[in-house]
Amino acid sequence: MLENGRFGPYGGQYVPETLMNEIIGLTAAYERFRDDPAFAGELDALLSGYAGRPSRLYYAERLTAALGGAKVYLKREDLNHTGSHKINNALGQALLAKKMGKTRVIAETGAGQHGVATATAAALLGLECEIFMGREDVDRQSLNVYRMELLGAKVHAVTSGTMTLKDAVNETMREWTARTRDTHYLLGSVMGPHPFPTIVRDFQSVISREARAEIIEREGRLPAAVIACVGGGSNAIGMFYHFIPDASVRLIGCEAAGEGAGTPRNAATIANGSVGIFHGMKSYFCQDTAGQIAPVYSISAGLDYPGIGPEHAWLHDTKRAEYVPVTDAEAVEAFELLARTEGIICAIESAHAIAHASKAVPGMSRADSVIICLSGRGDKDVAAIARYRGVEVYE
Amino acid sequence: MSRIRGAFARGKAFIGFVTGGDPSVAASERFIRELIRAGADLVEIGVPFSDPIAEGEVIQRANGRALAAGVTLDALFGLVLRLRRDFDTPLVFLTYLNPVFRYGYRAFFERCRESGADGVIIPDLPYEESFEVKRAARLFGVDLISLVAPTSAERVRKIARDADGFLYIVSSMGVTGVRSEITTDVVAIASAAREVSDVPRAVGFGIGTPERAREMSAMADGVIVGSAIVRVIERRGEDAAADVYAFARKIREAIDEG
Repeated sequence: MLENGRFGPYGGQYVPETLMNEIIGLTAAYERFRDDPAFAGELDALLSGYAGRPSRLYYAERLTAALGGAKVYLKREDLNHTGSHKINNALGQALLAKKMGKTRVIAETGAGQHGVATATAAALLGLECEIFMGREDVDRQSLNVYRMELLGAKVHAVTSGTMTLKDAVNETMREWTARTRDTHYLLGSVMGPHPFPTIVRDFQSVISREARAEIIEREGRLPAAVIACVGGGSNAIGMFYHFIPDASVRLIGCEAAGEGAGTPRNAATIANGSVGIFHGMKSYFCQDTAGQIAPVYSISAGLDYPGIGPEHAWLHDTKRAEYVPVTDAEAVEAFELLARTEGIICAIESAHAIAHASKAVPGMSRADSVIICLSGRGDKDVAAIARYRGVEVYE
Repeated sequence: MSRIRGAFARGKAFIGFVTGGDPSVAASERFIRELIRAGADLVEIGVPFSDPIAEGEVIQRANGRALAAGVTLDALFGLVLRLRRDFDTPLVFLTYLNPVFRYGYRAFFERCRESGADGVIIPDLPYEESFEVKRAARLFGVDLISLVAPTSAERVRKIARDADGFLYIVSSMGVTGVRSEITTDVVAIASAAREVSDVPRAVGFGIGTPERAREMSAMADGVIVGSAIVRVIERRGEDAAADVYAFARKIREAIDEG
């Protein structure tokens, strides 16, 4: 599927010349280590011994009964160490960085999940770590900021632009152009210049590798659909990847529609975006006709991004995957539904996938199954949900 | 000889930069006229972008002011057209790729030619991704200016060999903005480029004082001063014309003394 760092017309390497030799070197190093059994062995040991993989594939019986349709399985990435799928990629890239002789990693973060995962991997592997986070997200996710600091990372509050994830990416790129020699940019999603969309996809594809094998074992057949939330799209591509060749399996990505895909306040890139070139890649972006990147909004800081990874753009164009908008209100309801029916407080990001499932599953056959990627746990969101419901709680 | 080549034919070139539309298109026009009057051999006009990832804080803020003023590419083509009536000084856009992509490569370069813009610098368009854009630029006789950086190493020759207009040597790691020192071996990059091409070489990033401009002009064919000029504009706003002139004169004189 990938040719010259592209997925169909999408992807590419649109970065300043200062970074070109660095990403060319990264590509070469990645290709070398990807095929190195010793590297794979080390990473597997970290994933199982440290991160807690394989993650559970949990049959959500009470949610299934409540929805009254296909059997609902949850891929429990929320049970990983650090509480989300982000650790899969963070450990992979931190190990890669170390093998490349880098002593420092930098990363962007939205909700803070990738920042926490990166700070964790850096602490474990003895790397210096600096995290860039939009000022607005620093305020929304102050617990995660302190968590990163506990882990030894330095957190920079980004005050440029809209002060959210997009601006955190800008600032991390700027920092990388200033210092590449000892520094790896540990990008958190399947976006940015090649080889990042491929590297992150590969490290996250463990999600569908495990899930596909286990669902076949338990159900004796493939699921009818797999469902995941999409910002940049890392947990979604991880959930989709090994199902892509299975034409009967619907791949459904849930975008953050904020106050509604038809309102100005949303982050639904496939629903509202158009093709552009930004953050190192050609893909779909929320932008105006002049190509200025649009300010986006979602209750979820992790989905609050105006673009989508290039492989998703291609899966959309080729109609292999479907992308649907989910509003704040729907996500909050799903967040509460999962808590009440299953006793699971999930990330507000993952709640977008639950929300779509709760619309789609009732119309599906009880003989079928669906897998929802529960990308993260929701402790970080409890205060925000309370505020959304008009309750003041103190973190 | 193209207007851009001509800018380097009279000795060391002084290239000045303003963000187009900061704080208004009319003000930018006055500032560019002052830069030319003060002896700039070429003027770069920044096309404001929402997310200028190669810029430091000074030019980031200028982009913000210009966007807040509602500046569009078409307004900047109009600006170039008005300047072109009075001056032969080469005018070059500095823009991120997305606004050009959205405008359409051919439509964009056609408008460049019609209005009299001589070249375009696109900091997020590296050599490997440049071919389609370069084809469109050449079709309309517009120079797509290539950049080389402190990390380019063996890439310098490949990039210089194919360079149109002039070669932009990025003096320092990181983003635009005035620096206290420049540690890159600019001479080595400039000579590597000269081995494969006679394209003029201009040094930019971090050059904010007359002394630094003089020092850098000795190592190449020209120097680019951006953030320091934009800072003058930031300080004085609409009324910055006289200060822009005075600052540009100092740079010009320092380069000429060198």
